[in-house]
Amino acid sequence: MKRIYVNEQWCLACHLCEYYCAYANSGLLDMVQALKDKPLHPRIQVEQKGTVSFAVNCRHCSEPLCLKSCIAGAISQKDGLIVIDQDKCVGCYSCIMACPYGALMPSESGVMQKCELCATNSHGLPVCVQGCPNQAIVYEER
Amino acid sequence: MQYVIIGNSITSIGCIDSIRKHDPEGSITVIGEEKHPIYARPLISYLLQGKTDEQKMTYRDEAFYQKHGVQVLTGRKVEKIEAQEQLLRLDDGVAMQYDKLLIATGSIPFIPPMKNLEEVERRHTFLSLSDAKDLEADLQPTSRVLIIGAGLIGLKCAEGILKRVQSVTVVDLADRILSSILDEEGSLRVQTHLEQTGIRFHLSESVREFCGQEALLTSGKVVGFDILVVAVGVKPNIQLAKEAGLAVNKGILIDQACRTSDAHIWAGGDCSEGWELLSGERRNLALLPNAYMQGETAGYSMAGNEQRFDNAIAMNAIGFFGLHIITAGVYQGEDLCFTTESGYKRLFIKDHHLVGCILIGDQVLRGGIYTDLIRSRTDLRTLDFAMISEQPALMAFAQKVRSEQLGRAQ
Repeated sequence: MKRIYVNEQWCLACHLCEYYCAYANSGLLDMVQALKDKPLHPRIQVEQKGTVSFAVNCRHCSEPLCLKSCIAGAISQKDGLIVIDQDKCVGCYSCIMACPYGALMPSESGVMQKCELCATNSHGLPVCVQGCPNQAIVYEER
Repeated sequence: MQYVIIGNSITSIGCIDSIRKHDPEGSITVIGEEKHPIYARPLISYLLQGKTDEQKMTYRDEAFYQKHGVQVLTGRKVEKIEAQEQLLRLDDGVAMQYDKLLIATGSIPFIPPMKNLEEVERRHTFLSLSDAKDLEADLQPTSRVLIIGAGLIGLKCAEGILKRVQSVTVVDLADRILSSILDEEGSLRVQTHLEQTGIRFHLSESVREFCGQEALLTSGKVVGFDILVVAVGVKPNIQLAKEAGLAVNKGILIDQACRTSDAHIWAGGDCSEGWELLSGERRNLALLPNAYMQGETAGYSMAGNEQRFDNAIAMNAIGFFGLHIITAGVYQGEDLCFTTESGYKRLFIKDHHLVGCILIGDQVLRGGIYTDLIRSRTDLRTLDFAMISEQPALMAFAQKVRSEQLGRAQ
């Protein structure tokens, strides 16, 4: 399946992926309305130190430790895509304990959120990838 | 091929998942003692707290069983395993043949002897959904609840019911709360947080005697109560395995493929005792991720595609009233401590490896990066340890490692 991969040598640390992610998952059609004066809760996060930077989001592991550790049965794997049912999640942080990439985080409401490759929002294709100005994140089959 | 699983919880799901990756045909039967369909047992405190409901607690839905062609018998008890004949005797006298059997009977409450305990009428344990429902039915806004045990179960119970009763008092033999997963500083921080919510503690104490609605403690203190919850801990449910002649210690002894001493029987989850990575010894790790992964490992082996689960460690994620805690591994070797106003972190390092961590409050985010360092036995000399000890981040890894982490095909 197609996944998001990171080419860190191309990352500009512009953080646009974070903005696009927060917008894509806001449920709003207008980007300004979705982001202006609001705290961002992106599911992709840029790590940055000196001249090195790169974005981190869910790897959609074939052996997902988050799924195996979820105490609520809220995380599932559908055709390779790892999704979280936020109605079932109680915010226990077991997935945060388990994920080797640090790719899950609490959402605004306190239950967990993760990258679902924009397959579960209205966009269909990863908006962070579309918005990356330098192809530092790509969406492809490897 | 006839696969039979005793126990209808997390280990059973891991087992079904992996059996079906290699054997789409064999018949799978799950026998569960509880009347309910499978549910997420650790959620019972959230149920009482109103953060979930019974429907949302469903751990896998009906479609899961249909898709995998699994027959589930609920409310049925296995009376006996006749290992020689590869036969189970059920409570209604029915005999069931198996080719390969998984024992996933979980754990049962450990009740220490306390004088006159049997005479306490409104007495509860807190492990299963029916325990939670019984307790809920007993709760009244005026109830004074006494919980014996300041461990994971007792304190989650306290959190779940606090807003629904008049008072919650917790008694524990240890001199601090959550003593199985926290160090002294961590215990103190969490205790302070819990006390601010109104929960009262009597530590280094146990109940000498119950007299009516009063508990007489060893120090001579007297605690009045209406409802008692005994949540001292759990012990592996090994009765069936023991009677069947399987090798047991505290739990059912298993190897890294989750095989028991019988060639046709596997075991996993809270009832078992498998290899723990950091001690190199068998340990009973009654933890949900371990239950899933042991079930999964057993399933692979049962379906003839043996894999080894060789990096089990203790790990816990738990939170109380918004204060979250992640702990992993063992607390040995040198340690590094980081304290913030709303958080606490302690890392344990032994022979250039991270062997344990305690993360509280604002230190829990991305904690899985530490857990992974422990489980993967990463040599800390291969990364920027000063950086990663301050904050868990992939930046601390060598560029080559990171490009693998973020670029490899899954």
